[in-house]
Amino acid sequence: MSEWVIEAEQLTRRFGDFTAVDNISLQVAPGEIFGFLGANGAGKTTAMRIFCGLLEPTSGRARVAGFDAMSEAEKIKQQIGYMSQKFSLYGKLTVKENIRFFAGIYGLSRRELKEKSAEIVDRLGLASSADKQVDELPLGWKQRISFAVATVHKPKVVFLDEPTGGVDPIVRRQFWDMIYESAASGMTVFVTTHYMDEAEYCDRISIMVDGAIAVMGKPAELCAQHGVATIEDVFVSLARKATRQGD
Amino acid sequence: MSATAQSDSAVRVEGLCKSYVKDGSPALSDLSFEVGKGELFGLIGPDGAGKTTLIRILTTLLLADRGTASVQGLDVVKDFRSIRRLVGYMPGRFSLYQDLSVAENLAFFATVFGTTVEANYHLVADIYQQLEPFRDRLAGKLSGGMKQKLALCCALIHAPSVLFLDEPTTGVDPVSRKDFWGMLGRLRDSGITILVSTPYMDEAARCDRIALLQHGKIIAMDSLAAMLASHATETFAVRGERPFAILQDLRAYPGTRYCFAFGQEHHLVLHHDAGGPAAASAYLRERGHGEVGIRRIEPNIEDVFIGLMHEQSKELRGQAASELGHE
Amino acid sequence: MFFAFVRKEGKHVLRDRRSLLILLGLPVVMMTLFGFALSNEVKNSNFIVVDRVPDAESIALTARLDESRYFTFVGKVRDEAEIQSYFRRGAARLALVFPAGFDHEMRHLGHSQLRLIADDSDPNTANTVSSYASVIIAQYQAELASGPPGSGGISVEARMLYNPQLKSSYMFVPGVMTLIIMLLGAMMTSVSIVREKERGTMEVLLVSPMNPLMVITGKAVPYMLLCLVDVLIILLLSYGVLDMPGGANIPLLIAESTLFILTTLALGLVISNAVQQQQTAMFVSLVGLLMPSLVFSGFMFPIENMPLPLQVISHVVPTRWFYQIASSIMIKHLGFAAVIKPTLVLVGMTLALLMVSWRTFKQRL
Repeated sequence: MSEWVIEAEQLTRRFGDFTAVDNISLQVAPGEIFGFLGANGAGKTTAMRIFCGLLEPTSGRARVAGFDAMSEAEKIKQQIGYMSQKFSLYGKLTVKENIRFFAGIYGLSRRELKEKSAEIVDRLGLASSADKQVDELPLGWKQRISFAVATVHKPKVVFLDEPTGGVDPIVRRQFWDMIYESAASGMTVFVTTHYMDEAEYCDRISIMVDGAIAVMGKPAELCAQHGVATIEDVFVSLARKATRQGD
Repeated sequence: MSATAQSDSAVRVEGLCKSYVKDGSPALSDLSFEVGKGELFGLIGPDGAGKTTLIRILTTLLLADRGTASVQGLDVVKDFRSIRRLVGYMPGRFSLYQDLSVAENLAFFATVFGTTVEANYHLVADIYQQLEPFRDRLAGKLSGGMKQKLALCCALIHAPSVLFLDEPTTGVDPVSRKDFWGMLGRLRDSGITILVSTPYMDEAARCDRIALLQHGKIIAMDSLAAMLASHATETFAVRGERPFAILQDLRAYPGTRYCFAFGQEHHLVLHHDAGGPAAASAYLRERGHGEVGIRRIEPNIEDVFIGLMHEQSKELRGQAASELGHE
Repeated sequence: MFFAFVRKEGKHVLRDRRSLLILLGLPVVMMTLFGFALSNEVKNSNFIVVDRVPDAESIALTARLDESRYFTFVGKVRDEAEIQSYFRRGAARLALVFPAGFDHEMRHLGHSQLRLIADDSDPNTANTVSSYASVIIAQYQAELASGPPGSGGISVEARMLYNPQLKSSYMFVPGVMTLIIMLLGAMMTSVSIVREKERGTMEVLLVSPMNPLMVITGKAVPYMLLCLVDVLIILLLSYGVLDMPGGANIPLLIAESTLFILTTLALGLVISNAVQQQQTAMFVSLVGLLMPSLVFSGFMFPIENMPLPLQVISHVVPTRWFYQIASSIMIKHLGFAAVIKPTLVLVGMTLALLMVSWRTFKQRL
């Protein structure tokens, strides 16, 4: 068993004659916050789906939480959490009901459920809103609850697909506080974002261009290598070289 | 209404209020501002700040509860038909026909406005050239950035004098965003008034003037430069080996007013009597952080927003405090 | 300019292959279903006989029924209690109870006390089965020539009046046509308009000098054409495959269909003004329209058998009137004079619905 939580070796995925993911290799260590960047259509979503065991690679190998993404997809799903901007919570259920429902999916016992939901409500400072329907809450709260729910079963890795779209700078940073906390407890965080300052909060990032990983490393080192001040500049200079358009 | 007001403002909003019956909390409360002709005006704020409601009132799609608004001197309620003739509108959701091709979408919207693509091609040529290679591709199969460009073309094809764009860059990658703002800049230069909303604070730099919107109120409005200049708060950037630990320690530091992560650094605002950066630096060393760099920086737009929110939350401890979470 | 809308809408319809397949396949599937599986026609129904004193006549009549393609003889039972057990097991649908001396009565009195007992746990089938048996018995009796036909003491149902050959597989055609037009006209228009609301394109169209009613009427045209295509498919299938007897006034039928299509399109517009989501539009059209259409058209359940309140309700259901028109033209081969009243009712409904949709159309969100 390797020490990596996410490991991809020459991973390729084709759709017809279109190569969405082109021979990528990467390793992510336990407790690492890994930023997975790329322009729209660069192949991020496809790669993420392979890691989550939702899509089979055409060739190459991916291991997540010690399981093979191709043959042991079901085991992977027990070990990961997933949160995307699009699917988050059931709006008509209350905060508590959502937490119980999602925790129930992962087979937590009744007692654990109770403890967990109390703990989450307490940690997020939601005591006064725990019995409110999720629809009534501000977006920033929904995002934080989504994250709490995605990590309720203490997964080894949590995949976050553009988790912070549309919220104000303070709420965005509060969200990242939660990410830091989880990473500090040993959880690996694999995150995509369009906010380049968020990329700089990551331990390491990779930038995908045309299905392949163009660069990978610590944000500060990447900036230094490219002789620029911010990741945004690195990103723009790389993505400008992209040849393909559209998803 | 005076003739001068008509001639120099493209959009004029006075005391606008709107609340939705559902939850009763106001989407807009007593909003007033003006946008000059030929100005590129940014409405900046998070989801739920009231940006979409405001734009829909200005594009005559919604009626305000109170207050008045006019576009090019025309009242949004009385003269809604005339306004619909002169404005271009791009809603927040991708609002083209996914099952029509790029060229078919453009041609259709030209027809809707009683014109043809040929007649006004010069208006969109700059943008449309990038779409030309995909002219037969279905709009639904374009990438996010390309969709936005096509939607912009469709909103421009009838030569509107005022353009309303609701979050055109949300969910679009930084490169496409940069391109998109480049286009808006060139359109502004050609004389079109543009009112654009965005949740991305960094896009403020591209606007002539901006209004920061939060909870249906304008919390600040000015040019970016003036806004930054008037933000008199001393801000420090802190950089060190273990960023999260430093952040937590800084928040626990009694001299800290507030501290937030900004990329690889933290932006720190201290109490006046806290002994300045030297004391903070000493405190961090004490906590075992070793080499920590603290330097004074020019605040950016997010610093301004956070500062304003901090001021507000001091006034309204109740709800705002819980939103801020940390103090 | 109007043409641009029609063309755009046509593209939407043509590019959505799956929906197009449903739109054109629906009439075929429904015709097949009703024609072969669900038709009121009852083939090879099992029947039993109570015949305590068999004689030549009762044996001959039993054989006659058994020979027909509608009935199969499955056994003799002693009394009526046994009939019940057959019915309960579903082993028979009809029982013939011969009186003692059936032979004698038939020959000399010209009528007899023959009783038909049908399993009316399914009243529709029971009705059909006993009607069929009555007709066969009447025919048999006529052949005996010892009495006037139809005087066998068993009344022949009025519903068989227009179907003397006992061949009902085309009887449902007007009903299927009514349902298909209702479904496509109302549901497809409302769904496609609401789709524009949902996708945000309606927002853009509203903020344009174009009168959005234009958009909406532009939408109606392709669906109208599509509905007419479906009407043609149905007619081709009825005359080509189901051997529907000719003689109907086809141009009149198509003109009336066009009117009814307009009614359903107007109904679709009213729905689309009221709802915001495609799913709701679909639900309202299906449950809110299709169900009453099915129940109150007179196609499945005869209206005159309904309780009075339901009969009153049936008057506001457009399908009732079109079903009346279509069956008059197609089955009874009647002309325009016979359908003036329902035609006027449909015209009135269409105008009223258009008024409502005009009034409820929102110029804003």
